[in-house]
Amino acid sequence: MSEKKKKIAIIVHSGTLDKLYPVFMLSSTGSAMDADVHLFFTFWGLDALKKGGLESAKLPGVMSLGTGMMKDRIKKVNVPSLTELLKMCRSTGNVKIYACSTTMAIMDVKKEDLIPEVDDIVGAATFLDIAMDADVQLFI
Amino acid sequence: MAGVIVDVEIDCRGMFCPMPIVQLKKATKDMKPGQVLRLMATDPGSVRDIPAWAGKTGNKVLEYSDDSGVFTFLIEVS
Repeated sequence: MSEKKKKIAIIVHSGTLDKLYPVFMLSSTGSAMDADVHLFFTFWGLDALKKGGLESAKLPGVMSLGTGMMKDRIKKVNVPSLTELLKMCRSTGNVKIYACSTTMAIMDVKKEDLIPEVDDIVGAATFLDIAMDADVQLFI
Repeated sequence: MAGVIVDVEIDCRGMFCPMPIVQLKKATKDMKPGQVLRLMATDPGSVRDIPAWAGKTGNKVLEYSDDSGVFTFLIEVS
């Protein structure tokens, strides 16, 4: 490849199903397109990194009542679960997962509460250092 | 395309984004430069997604056909 390797940086701020799907779809696709993907989980996004967090993610607000129905539809059309998408992302080796250290302190989350796929616990400067020369920056 | 030898075939019919791309990447990882892969898909998104993937990863779409909603791609791995 003649082109320089592309870099994608995403702040994952939301922990609801409807927002986590785009995060993991873009990440798995981005890594399949040979890009390095960096995911920085903060605020409600951090819930997704807690053990069992991806499995229990719901639709936002009053729509949360329809979560089961949405998950049935997702399964019916053969779209992978969030957990399966995470596994796909990790199998490529170019999707990195970071937990926001300040959010962990605010929400009293310990390192051992997080899934083992978390690469590092970092602050805003680490994300900005990555994002400043990234080709795609998103806030989801 | 006559005369093209297909080395690997993947069937992504019934799959939706991002699965065809993920499967395509997985399959091409083990292929040698110059080998050809045939991919079949039914996700309408794959019509543009697969050429976009090829463009970014430096691989080449040799042929594309649409047989009443079944999209077939021949991709040469570089």
